[in-house]
Amino acid sequence: MLENYLPVLLQIVIASGFAAVTLLISVLVGRSAKRTAIKDSSYECGMLPLQEGQPRFSVKFYIVAMLFVLFDIEVVFLYPWSVIYKDYIAAHGAGIFFSALSFVSILGVAFVYAWRKGALNWRN
Amino acid sequence: MAAIFANIDLAFLITALVKIVGFTFMMILPLVTVCVYLERRFSAVIQDRVGPNRVGIPLTLFGFKKDLQILGIGGLFQAAADGVKFILKEDFTPRSVNTFYYWLAPCLTVVPALLTCAVLPFGSELDLSLFGVVQPVKAVIADLSVGPLYTFAIASLGVYGIVLAGWSSNSKYPFLGGVRSSAQMISYEISLGLSIIPVFMVFGEMNLSKITSFQDLNGWLILPLWGEGLSVGRWVLWIPMMFSFIIFTVAMFAETNRLPFDLAECETELVGGYHTEYSSMKFALFFMGEYAAMIIGSGMAVTLFLGGWSIPFGPVLTSLTGFQFHHVAGSTPLLLGLVHIGVFLAKVLCFIMFFILIRWSLPRFRFDQLMKFGWLFMFEAALLNVLLTAVLMIWFPLK
Repeated sequence: MLENYLPVLLQIVIASGFAAVTLLISVLVGRSAKRTAIKDSSYECGMLPLQEGQPRFSVKFYIVAMLFVLFDIEVVFLYPWSVIYKDYIAAHGAGIFFSALSFVSILGVAFVYAWRKGALNWRN
Repeated sequence: MAAIFANIDLAFLITALVKIVGFTFMMILPLVTVCVYLERRFSAVIQDRVGPNRVGIPLTLFGFKKDLQILGIGGLFQAAADGVKFILKEDFTPRSVNTFYYWLAPCLTVVPALLTCAVLPFGSELDLSLFGVVQPVKAVIADLSVGPLYTFAIASLGVYGIVLAGWSSNSKYPFLGGVRSSAQMISYEISLGLSIIPVFMVFGEMNLSKITSFQDLNGWLILPLWGEGLSVGRWVLWIPMMFSFIIFTVAMFAETNRLPFDLAECETELVGGYHTEYSSMKFALFFMGEYAAMIIGSGMAVTLFLGGWSIPFGPVLTSLTGFQFHHVAGSTPLLLGLVHIGVFLAKVLCFIMFFILIRWSLPRFRFDQLMKFGWLFMFEAALLNVLLTAVLMIWFPLK
């Protein structure tokens, strides 16, 4: 059972090796030229860089990340349910649908709350 | 742990190694170069330009009069020339960047993209008894029972590459591109994950090889025209499956940062987005990772909805002509196995052409429109589609 994952392990090693080797080849073979102060500065369409390179950004991105964690877990919980669904309704009837419905509707309420609170509003 | 390693035989390891090298480096990476060429040529045709049409095998270097053009089509070697240039250009690391993460970011983009292909069945099975291999070799690197879950888990690691690239560059355009792209990718990942739940409900199965074999015998998910696909249940469930397919495709466009969702690197606003400060092979790795993700996303859509490697009407053709067209475990001739691989590649290429066609047909979203579309339409549509499938499956039970 677990040995099915061995090719995955092998794949990880080979893919990382590929990335490392290509970078290394480029460093070894690639041309190198003189460093200058202008070349070293970060690119801002040819103007001299202003202020810091990592400006402050809107807190909304952070809220989206939190909402993502919430709802992605919901999706993961639905996966095992979806796999057994067909066999379960054939054997035991439709009860499994209503348990999932209650689970989804609780999260639906949470979603409507977040929406009404303006967490998904990007206009202002 | 030792018990696991004791049970592995060397033959299994060697086949795995051959399959990894064969699929990743002899199919995915050449497909990337084909994609780049196709993209440039196709966009040229759409915009009434000529496109790359000169690069051939440079025989003039060896004293010949003309360069050699394969098949009479110019420019087929453009991608190879680009690759050589990527290697030979200066690998420049500006002083202002955070060096470790600056180097790590391209690897974190390309490695997950190459890893996700491990669970894709790229063919039925290859009967290598001619070469002394007793058991037919399954044409999938790792036949996991939770294939799609593995793909999504690894594919979401790709976000780190983009975020780290944007953050470590210590420059404004990459930073904005990275932040935007991470928000976009995690928003659409939810609808992507939800959109394929109806598929697992219909199959009762998450193993991609079994899903494809089932579609081979019983009709593709969105083309149920043979085998058990001709039942009322499958035809009623065709409606939510079609919704699933559409939502999956749109979410995949967003996940791979393709137009109309390419806000990570929209050149009119952010120069190059998260890879503005990159050059040489590090930039090429971003490029490669992006295209590999696109190919594997297409492969996933083809496997789940369009029957993967299966030939349309396979069992019907078998009974009509007398030749074998569908996969039978243990007795599939070598030629048919190879044809199945070809069919898979052809389907993936068609899907990529669709990607390119969309790129040159639709304008780009604004960022607030993008987030609104993802959270207030795609998410709800995918969730309601799951419930719709569940209700329909109670009324029209499948076998």
